[in-house]
Amino acid sequence: MSVLPYLKPTVRKRVGRLASYALGVAVILVVVGFADWHKIQKVFFNPAVALQMWPSIITIALKNTLIYTISSFILGSILAVLLAVLKLAGGPLGWAASAFIEFFRGIPALLTIFTAAYVIPLAFGFQIPGEGPGAGVLALTIVTGAYAAEIVRAGIQAVAPGQTEAARSLGMSSGQTMFWVVLPQALRIVIPPMTNEFVMLLKDTSLLYVAGFTLTQKELTTFGQDALSTTGNATPIVMVAAAYLIVTLPLTWLVGQLEKKLDPKR
Amino acid sequence: MTNLTPNISSSEPPIQITDLHKSFGDNEVLKGIDLTVTEGEVVCVIGPSGSGKSTLLRCVNMLETPTKGSIRLLGAEMTDPDVEVDQVRTHVGMVFQSFNLFPNMTALGNCVIAQRQVLKRSRTEAVEIARRNLEMVGLSDRMDYHPAKLSGGQQQRVAIARALSMDPRIMLFDEPTAALDPELVGDVLTVMRDLAEAGMTMMVVTHEMSFARDVSDRTIFMDGGVIVEQGPSADLINSPSEERTRVFLRRVLDPTHVAELGETEAD
Repeated sequence: MSVLPYLKPTVRKRVGRLASYALGVAVILVVVGFADWHKIQKVFFNPAVALQMWPSIITIALKNTLIYTISSFILGSILAVLLAVLKLAGGPLGWAASAFIEFFRGIPALLTIFTAAYVIPLAFGFQIPGEGPGAGVLALTIVTGAYAAEIVRAGIQAVAPGQTEAARSLGMSSGQTMFWVVLPQALRIVIPPMTNEFVMLLKDTSLLYVAGFTLTQKELTTFGQDALSTTGNATPIVMVAAAYLIVTLPLTWLVGQLEKKLDPKR
Repeated sequence: MTNLTPNISSSEPPIQITDLHKSFGDNEVLKGIDLTVTEGEVVCVIGPSGSGKSTLLRCVNMLETPTKGSIRLLGAEMTDPDVEVDQVRTHVGMVFQSFNLFPNMTALGNCVIAQRQVLKRSRTEAVEIARRNLEMVGLSDRMDYHPAKLSGGQQQRVAIARALSMDPRIMLFDEPTAALDPELVGDVLTVMRDLAEAGMTMMVVTHEMSFARDVSDRTIFMDGGVIVEQGPSADLINSPSEERTRVFLRRVLDPTHVAELGETEAD
């Protein structure tokens, strides 16, 4: 600080910003100038490799990723509402719901997937229907249910207590109040965090590789990884990353818009 | 459906409260309240904030669970665990200071939902009754509006229509005009006055002294969790016998009302 001459805060801010832009431009110039573009293109953006993956990266890998994500999200959300309502109701069932939530939030998702795919068949001789994907979706349903239960619980508690009082004073039972008055309002509140949960879940489907897939069951990451080892080229990873971003970026943008729209201060 | 609540009798007074106590932790808010409201009677409860008047009203339909004492509502003992509180509540309408309309439903939807879910009325019948009540409170042109699009006074009148749509035998009002802009208070009070004149049994917690004096049959002054004084409304407000009541009424009436009177005279 002492070496700098005294500047007004606004001026200092502007100088600081200009300096960081200049630094950024310099770094880009150095990278562009010294990089071996031919090699980068061959390893990361190889058209021949990309063509090999087309169109199965969309018709198999992305499609499967979306199927696994959407089915575990729908089932997980239903589970989450159940868990949240039970937890808030208290009693032995509420305690069980809390234990369930804490347990599955506390262990890695990978462990849950692994258990569903291998430990349960091994221990009980019972194969979860749907092979690898079936076990994987079940595991992700449980994990999502446990995480989203806390989101839904917060949403329920964010509904003004006066709403419950008004419904109860009209003679509605606690169940009717929850279903007709509290939940519809809570679900509106949780749309942005649940969309975030969806994005997280989409990325977590990459963990399903441990469940074991046949060729047509592969999701994006498994697909990319296998292509990486058969081609010995990094292009599949770039394409897989792009495929994830095609879905996640619009969703995160949407969350931003929703949060702006639902912001009570606006 | 004809005999929804067999335990409800019409021979007893609709509200009978005996030795009611309510504590929140160590804080005893109600310290032994005895109160009977007869059929068709309009009772106003006044008193400084923290006197326990809202808690008393909320205990009547068990939104707060009493610590001790008895509440007989339409002949049913509300503190008895075997009594179906939900069933008794269908006969007791309640209007809140903060309206508490359901924001995800229209004005009409607010008035229909409990009729459908609780009384199991047909859609046509429920809508018909809701329309009639919304008309009565002067909102026939606002039926399809969501609460967010209505003024405070309109919201509170929807809340009254919602309660009336259940055909209640008792109406409880918890400071119904306290959250309203002054110019919107009149519409709500007019609806309440009409209701009183139609013979509804009403218990009203309020700061509107003119409403208490002109509309209610009896006014109760509460302070410190007890009923300090009660009597015919005009007598109690015009010539209270307890010093605490006098102090309260002077504070409530003097600064504002004298100034208002002065203004009207100047006009």
